[in-house]
Amino acid sequence: MMDEETTEVIAPRDCNQTLRELDVFLDGELSDEQQAAITHHLNGCMDCLGAFDFHAELKSVVAQKCQNDEMPPDLLAKIELCFGTDIDGDGEIG
Amino acid sequence: MADQATFAAEAMQYAPQLYSGALRMTRNRSDAEDLVQETYLKAYRSYHSFTEGTNLRAWLFRIMTNTFINSYRTKQRRPDETELGDFEDLYLYKNLGTLQNAAVGRSAEESLMELLPDDEVKRALEDLPDNFRLPVILADVEGFSYKEIAEMLDIPIGTVMSRLHRGRKAMQKALHDFALARGLVTAEENG
Repeated sequence: MMDEETTEVIAPRDCNQTLRELDVFLDGELSDEQQAAITHHLNGCMDCLGAFDFHAELKSVVAQKCQNDEMPPDLLAKIELCFGTDIDGDGEIG
Repeated sequence: MADQATFAAEAMQYAPQLYSGALRMTRNRSDAEDLVQETYLKAYRSYHSFTEGTNLRAWLFRIMTNTFINSYRTKQRRPDETELGDFEDLYLYKNLGTLQNAAVGRSAEESLMELLPDDEVKRALEDLPDNFRLPVILADVEGFSYKEIAEMLDIPIGTVMSRLHRGRKAMQKALHDFALARGLVTAEENG
């Protein structure tokens, strides 16, 4: 039979196994096969899907809210002055 | 070998991201400014060792992370044994999820965006001990891979994963506590 070939597909996950892989799934660090096994479970399990959706959103909210800081207006100029000093190599700015 | 003459043109575009990252690491504006400046200066000086075609943003963050660890991180007696409470998985989801779903006429994402104010999210992250804060910043704010984070922090990938897991849980606990303090959720709901 062809079964030996097709059993490469990773076994279905139960809820506990699925939730254990929540972080790694959302971080995009699972193999395609593992990813597919999780997606397969999520398609048929509203409880796990709710948890995954929530954490995917939370991750996106954290990313958005933690990198919206306004840079001090003179920071770029200060940094470029540092380069200026080094480029000249004369110990003076500009 | 990368040419120093092209450094500013290539690297300065990442300054806003580095500054936000530096703020989350140092937790104050003056140190964050210094850290970003120091990072750019070090990067400029060693730009000849940067391999063109590889990830410049990751390279800059690696320099900044190392600089922070060596010069800025808060002094801890036992840096690898920082105490962090253990909380149940899905802590915030279980306590906030139902409330979020109850929000009328809004998409789930809009309501989470609204439920969690910017300053509370930043504080929940910044309150984490260094060992947990750095992996969470690098993964969840900056979007680096486990492998990249492991290289930046010079720790095994398994350690990155466990610190991320524990750090995120502690952050969720803090977010829940902030919501509790605002009266958004009540203690009785915790069951």
